[in-house]
Amino acid sequence: MLRIENLHVSIKGKEILKGVNLHVQKGEVHAIMGPNGTGKSTLASVIAGKDLFDVTEGQIIYKEKNLLDLSIEDRAREGIFIGFQYPVEIPGVSINNFMRTALNEIRQYKKLPPLTASQFITLMEEKRKVVELTSKLSDRSVNEGFSGGEKKRNEIFQMAVLEPELAILDETDSGLDIDALRIVANGVNQLKSKDNATVVITHYQRLLDYIVPDVVHVLFDGKIVKSGPKELALELEEKGYDWIKTEYEQGLIK
Amino acid sequence: MQDFTQFIKQTFEARNDSSPFETLRKEAFTKFCEQELPTKKIEQWRHKAIDKLVEPQYALQSEPLPYIPIEKFFKCNVQNINTQMFAFLNGWFVHDNQPLLTFENGIIVGTILEAVKQYPELVLQHFSKIRPDKTDGLIALNEALFSDGIFIYIPDNVRTEMPIQVVSLIESEQNLMLQHHNLIVMGKNATLSFIQCDDSLRNEKSFINNVTEIFMDEYSQLDYYKMENKSSESLLANNIYVNQQANSQFFSNVTTFNGGYVRNNIHVEMNGEYADAKLYGLYLVDRKQYVDNQVEVIHNQPNTSSNQLYKGIADDEAGANFNGHVIVKPHAQGIAAYQINKNIALTDDVKITTHPFLEIYADDVKCSHGATIGQLDEEAMFYLRSRGICKRNARMLLMYAFANNVADYVKIPELRNRLNEMIQKRLSGELSICDQCILHCSNKKSFDFEFKIKPFSN
Repeated sequence: MLRIENLHVSIKGKEILKGVNLHVQKGEVHAIMGPNGTGKSTLASVIAGKDLFDVTEGQIIYKEKNLLDLSIEDRAREGIFIGFQYPVEIPGVSINNFMRTALNEIRQYKKLPPLTASQFITLMEEKRKVVELTSKLSDRSVNEGFSGGEKKRNEIFQMAVLEPELAILDETDSGLDIDALRIVANGVNQLKSKDNATVVITHYQRLLDYIVPDVVHVLFDGKIVKSGPKELALELEEKGYDWIKTEYEQGLIK
Repeated sequence: MQDFTQFIKQTFEARNDSSPFETLRKEAFTKFCEQELPTKKIEQWRHKAIDKLVEPQYALQSEPLPYIPIEKFFKCNVQNINTQMFAFLNGWFVHDNQPLLTFENGIIVGTILEAVKQYPELVLQHFSKIRPDKTDGLIALNEALFSDGIFIYIPDNVRTEMPIQVVSLIESEQNLMLQHHNLIVMGKNATLSFIQCDDSLRNEKSFINNVTEIFMDEYSQLDYYKMENKSSESLLANNIYVNQQANSQFFSNVTTFNGGYVRNNIHVEMNGEYADAKLYGLYLVDRKQYVDNQVEVIHNQPNTSSNQLYKGIADDEAGANFNGHVIVKPHAQGIAAYQINKNIALTDDVKITTHPFLEIYADDVKCSHGATIGQLDEEAMFYLRSRGICKRNARMLLMYAFANNVADYVKIPELRNRLNEMIQKRLSGELSICDQCILHCSNKKSFDFEFKIKPFSN
């Protein structure tokens, strides 16, 4: 579904990603871990289509299309969803209005008829349950005055509404207390199916207790230096990232 | 401008008036001859002065047209709104031999020309006295030559439930100069919602110069809504003066959708403790339109509060200016005064200026001001697009949210809904197609009124 080949990305001349390779198949859950500043969020932003970054080498193939050729909105319409680390507040735009516009544009792209008002309301009600959101929240402006936890829940709620094929969740666990973490993780698990894939970007193993990955990758110095089964996450939790650093510096891993 | 002044001199000398306003008119005329129209040399007119914009002369409607019921030529398109509607046509109060109505509860509404005859004390006590002594040539021009104006009196303790709406219409093939001088007198503990609409029915180079004076006695409340939707050829100057007594509450919402040149001047004097003013405004301009909002609040007394919120979006080569001036007098302690002006410039050719200005002579005050001119929030654009929304719709959503924020303060639900709808249409470009009044072109094909010029020329 997603093939990232030798991806090099720089921002203002500074190289951040130095040859990332990542393959994700339908039905899989991948976790990308790694210390701060190694390029995890850059990877998510490049996939989302942020124009701050220059892709200097390599390619991203998504559903056999060259992802980098697609506009930001077309990536979303093709089924990519990014759960942002810092969701933006948009005063004056209600979540209902936002979601209805997004959903209908995506449907139009897929040549489906727009949802009627009542279909939309039913859908919103159903999806709110996924992340235990109250209906009051939907009348409010997008993320405005939301707590950190509410913002993240709102991201997963949007994911539930838009039903992406590939979801990339960038530090969705940061700033969440245990209860919120459980709610968010449950949401993600409910949305999992054999036809979609999820990439979870995180610092901590904690989230992976709830969202169990098929593969764990370690991103270090702009490259994926190690991949392994879910137990790798436990090892990282136990030993920290230093041993990765040491092995990397000694040339044991590349 | 020489020509224009000459035109005014001739007009003034040619007219014939014996009303109680005559002394005032003469004084004002002398003043106008000295001041003439304001030029760029006056600070408040620095950005764009009206003297360069006026035509050398205008046609005048020297007397009212024969009576036609308002419904025959105007239909308010605010759905289901229930108001007591009055109209002015070409500068004159439209009525069927009832120039002044007195309702059971004591409310008086009608033309100021009749009001001054029937209630000279009530009118002359306030007329031209609410404005400050020092004003510019436009005010002198208005006082010298105003044709008519609405007079509203709400007696003590009368709480008006139905809003009063006044529509000013122009229907003429000539370039008209129109001047209204309105007076609203609110008794103690009286309440009123007042909607004033300036609409053109035709696309003419009219020049409208209005003065509205408002006296608010203790504990009175006035919600003042002003809708401006003129043809893009017109010049419109609106001068509003408010005198607030203790504990009175003034709320204004001035919306400018269209207009060649629009200047809204609101001057509020707080002359009693705990008076409160909320002054809101929204302007959406495009092409070569220009809108100038001048807001002045004078805190003469302690414990008074004011809040200004003005927002605007300018497209194409349009221009906008905001001057927000707050003065806190030396003994006026315990003041809260806030001021916000936010603008969005959609193109590089737009010219927007903003001058927040606080002049504080007391030490126990809470004041803040903020002014921004910018483009749409790039982060928010990205966020919306990352959910599948195209650039155009993302822009629309953000602009709509930006503008609606002001409309959301409108307390009459029908009017608020209509405003929301108009903002949406205006932003999607649907409204600029129609140079006529947007209030009734929501569905151009189904115009349910037909305006014919013929009955007037009989």
